Amino acid sequence: MSEQTLRVTCLKKYFATRRGTVRAVDGVSLSINRGETLALIGESGSGKTTVANTVIGKYVPTEGQILLEGNSIAQLIYKRPKALRQRVQMVFQDPGSSLNPRRTVKQTLGLPLKLYHHESREERKQRMLELLERVELSSEYLTKVSSALSGGEKARIGVARALAAEPTLVILDEPTSALDVSIQAKIINMLLRLQRELTLSYLFITHDLSLMRNVATHAAIMYLGEICETSQKEEFFRNPLHPYTKMLLSSVPVVSREEEAMKPFKTVLKGEIPSPIDLPSGCRFHTRCPERQTHCSEQTCELLEVHTGHWARCHHFSEAPQ
Amino acid sequence: MTTLQRIERASSRRDGFRRSWYRFSKNRLSVVGLVTVGIVVLLAIFAPYIAPYPKDAGAVVNFRHANEPPNWSHLFGTDDVGRDVLSRTIFGFRYSLMMGAVVLSIATPVGVVLGLLAGYMKGRWLDSVIMRITDIFLALPPLIMALLINAVLGPSLINAMIAMTIMWWPWYCRLVYGQVAVLRNETYVLAAEMGGARRPHLLLKEILPNCISSVLTKMTLDMAIAILLGASLSFVGLGAQPPTPDLGTMVASGSNFLPDFWWIAIFPVMAIIFTVLGFNLLGDGLRDFFAVEEQELDKQ
Repeated sequence: MSEQTLRVTCLKKYFATRRGTVRAVDGVSLSINRGETLALIGESGSGKTTVANTVIGKYVPTEGQILLEGNSIAQLIYKRPKALRQRVQMVFQDPGSSLNPRRTVKQTLGLPLKLYHHESREERKQRMLELLERVELSSEYLTKVSSALSGGEKARIGVARALAAEPTLVILDEPTSALDVSIQAKIINMLLRLQRELTLSYLFITHDLSLMRNVATHAAIMYLGEICETSQKEEFFRNPLHPYTKMLLSSVPVVSREEEAMKPFKTVLKGEIPSPIDLPSGCRFHTRCPERQTHCSEQTCELLEVHTGHWARCHHFSEAPQ
Repeated sequence: MTTLQRIERASSRRDGFRRSWYRFSKNRLSVVGLVTVGIVVLLAIFAPYIAPYPKDAGAVVNFRHANEPPNWSHLFGTDDVGRDVLSRTIFGFRYSLMMGAVVLSIATPVGVVLGLLAGYMKGRWLDSVIMRITDIFLALPPLIMALLINAVLGPSLINAMIAMTIMWWPWYCRLVYGQVAVLRNETYVLAAEMGGARRPHLLLKEILPNCISSVLTKMTLDMAIAILLGASLSFVGLGAQPPTPDLGTMVASGSNFLPDFWWIAIFPVMAIIFTVLGFNLLGDGLRDFFAVEEQELDKQ
């Protein structure tokens, strides 16, 4: 199970705009093993969707390397784009807009089946029924038009479409953020079951920490195009290192006083994320950091392995590791 | 059937056509438009069987009955050479409809295809080339250009249609271009791309079906304008030539006899108004119908 599905090394993606260069992703490294889930967490504007779009080949990286099962995506996209698309599939944020309102479920699911697997009509029908069963929908959905489905049903079809290509890596871009809480749980459970059944690797993009707790095996926190902390999930909740992580954990709404008392920080995250065009000097988080020191705004800091497998990017650890 | 039953029945999803018809027919004016257009089309198709004096459509002279006011044997009267105005008006629908239909059935596909390509390639050189050419055509006043083209090619019905087609496609190009430029960024297009779809599939199966409704609406409204423009060209003598029973030509020759023999010009004019009004009402109805449908698609 240690086979590496995805390895991203020092990925950079800059966009040239009229107002300057947007450094959307600025040196991100991460890896996902087969059957594991990496949760990529960050506020809007932190660059997590750009990472996803670069991995699926929509954007060409400015710098850095992406390896999919040992093969470079930069080469795959030119030589065998079909192979890349087949192995990396994406479940989109808004299930409503990711399905063409005028096409039937059969047409939606049939497309990847037809293009990737060249099966006969009969086999295809059989595969579609299997897929519907996997996402817990009955066969009568085949003839329905997407616009006639409910939000939860659309989300399931979105997952089924991604699975149709038989990928090894599925990118889930906030797959449940547009859904009711009760449906969210069902979809998440379904995704976990599918991961077990098909040994899928997930890159789970979200800003919801409690959701991450249920899904992920590993977590990476992004802030302004950089990863500021990454570790295994348990370690992450037990011993958050980066001030940003601590603040994110504190801002999760909780019900009881006891839970409130357990929070590592009492302060809630203040302010807005700075513009990725005009990045803060030194540590990128210093403008909002409650533990800021004078040198934080002057020296950039590196991602350091503070404990085994637990990396953080903060000046507190560059001087004297805990 | 009570209203509630009717609504329930109409909202049943299986009965898609009935539901659509229910929504469309809620607006009485669009039904009036549909019926009007239906009448005009039927009259045009079956003109030789409906017209009381089908021979009068051609070059017939019957001076004994010249300039007769409306009476029981000639409901719309007769013209200066004794032909039945009613018969000629019924045949006139043929030419008007044919003109609009031919012009649109050539201009629309051309405009739609170019608009699709330019919209999908937005920001690339193909987009600039297509859209700048379109802009040039849109900057020219259509009637003047049609007059010019006709003056060069010579006055005839065919040349009038050629001139109108040349002036018409840019509108469809512009319309489709605007929609495609938005639609191509829809997530479902990216999703289909991730599903391995190639460009023809993306353009024809994912994007095009979502702009068809506005193209249809525009076509219906444009039928009215095309018929008017065609009649105008004939009126100034650059379209169909006498003795062709084109409505515009008939108005032109009839206007020489105003006001004494008013029926020769007035009835063709009313026929034009009837046709144009019908297409306009139908077009407005379709626009509202599709607007509601889009809303429902978005909501769900």
